[in-house]
Amino acid sequence: MTGQATISKSSSAKMLRAMVGIGVLCGLLIVITYEGTLPRIERLRAEALQQAIFRVVPGIVETQPYSLKDNEIIPAEGQDEKLIYAGYDSQGNFKGVAIAASGQGYADIIRILYGYDPVNQKVIGFYVLESKETPGLGDKIEKDTKFLSNFIELDVSLDNDMQAVLNKVVPVKNGTKINPWEVDGITGATISSRAIGNIIGNSTEELVPIIYNNQEVFQKKKNE
Amino acid sequence: MSSQAENSAHTRQVPSSTDEFIKGLWKENPVFVQVLGMCPVLAVSNTAENALAMGMATAFVLLMSNVLVSLLRHFIPKEVRIASYILIIATFVTITDYVIQAISVDLHKSLGAFISLIVVNCLILSRAEAFASKNTVGKSIMDALGMGLGFILALFSLGAVREILGNGSIFGYGLFPTGFQEWVVMILPAGGFFTLAAWLLIFNIIKQKKSTG
Repeated sequence: MTGQATISKSSSAKMLRAMVGIGVLCGLLIVITYEGTLPRIERLRAEALQQAIFRVVPGIVETQPYSLKDNEIIPAEGQDEKLIYAGYDSQGNFKGVAIAASGQGYADIIRILYGYDPVNQKVIGFYVLESKETPGLGDKIEKDTKFLSNFIELDVSLDNDMQAVLNKVVPVKNGTKINPWEVDGITGATISSRAIGNIIGNSTEELVPIIYNNQEVFQKKKNE
Repeated sequence: MSSQAENSAHTRQVPSSTDEFIKGLWKENPVFVQVLGMCPVLAVSNTAENALAMGMATAFVLLMSNVLVSLLRHFIPKEVRIASYILIIATFVTITDYVIQAISVDLHKSLGAFISLIVVNCLILSRAEAFASKNTVGKSIMDALGMGLGFILALFSLGAVREILGNGSIFGYGLFPTGFQEWVVMILPAGGFFTLAAWLLIFNIIKQKKSTG
């Protein structure tokens, strides 16, 4: 009886007032934090991307973003989707490109960046930009030194016509890598490491012939 | 439970703020005694670093939501209190997410998937419901600090054990000479259950010895 009496005490108006009041207060708090942290978050993200590019294409000090449109490489401007980052050393010489790619991992989409050296026709570096792989297992793709050593000299040579990759990059089981275009997997992170091999395989198959045959785009831009 | 009983008994001494702080560390430890918030405890305790970061993020949300719930305790009608608490908790979790992103991209990378899970951590809701909604702001802060620290300690003791056994390292630094065979099962979900059970066993043995001794 008393319970019922107390329940009917709080009127709908009071409840509405409390919910709306808290909702407005919470909304305000979130907006303030979002606005307050946004510039720093964007700066940190840009810095992280910059460092990732420097990491996957060793020896460069400057980068220039490009995007791909109808199989042609054009300089990226403003909000264009940036896909390819050309890297230049301190003398302004073109050294290679960092390519952004993504694909399905174990938990979610994995976004990666890898370096490509058109002179030696090799993948020369690899970095995970974003992944939600299982901590302790799947995230070994970011730390495992043996796995990362796959991407120091990964062969992506073109065939004689220079129109397609001779041997597509493929993931193989841990310890069974024989050819320079194979990616040795990680025990305990099989799906995640295979995913990386496939992401790079698909991305290089599509982009490497285009980049190789359009290298002058990157050189030209720098000389202007 | 015991603290509430003490609160209502006027003849007994009202617990001081220090008592509210201490109880979360040992007597009412959120993980080892209350067994609350098991989802992050089992999921994010596979390395010492992850456990520590997750513990701190949870403690921050707990502190802030306790303060706000305590401040608004006369303003929130009973019928909508749970909805209000969840709204408040979710707000601070969102804020934590932005703040962690602003602190370090790497930290957010390793914790990102688990931050949003703090919303449904029943430890935070239970402290809002059982303590902050009935006590002053000062006491609620002490309660949150104690419970938060207790949660951090518990997560860290699980994370450290699992990382040492499962990865042979602590905070990423190798501990054992080469040749040490890692117990991979310890960093898998099953290892979380094993470690938690072991810690609960130890806790209960100590408690039993104390009560009989």
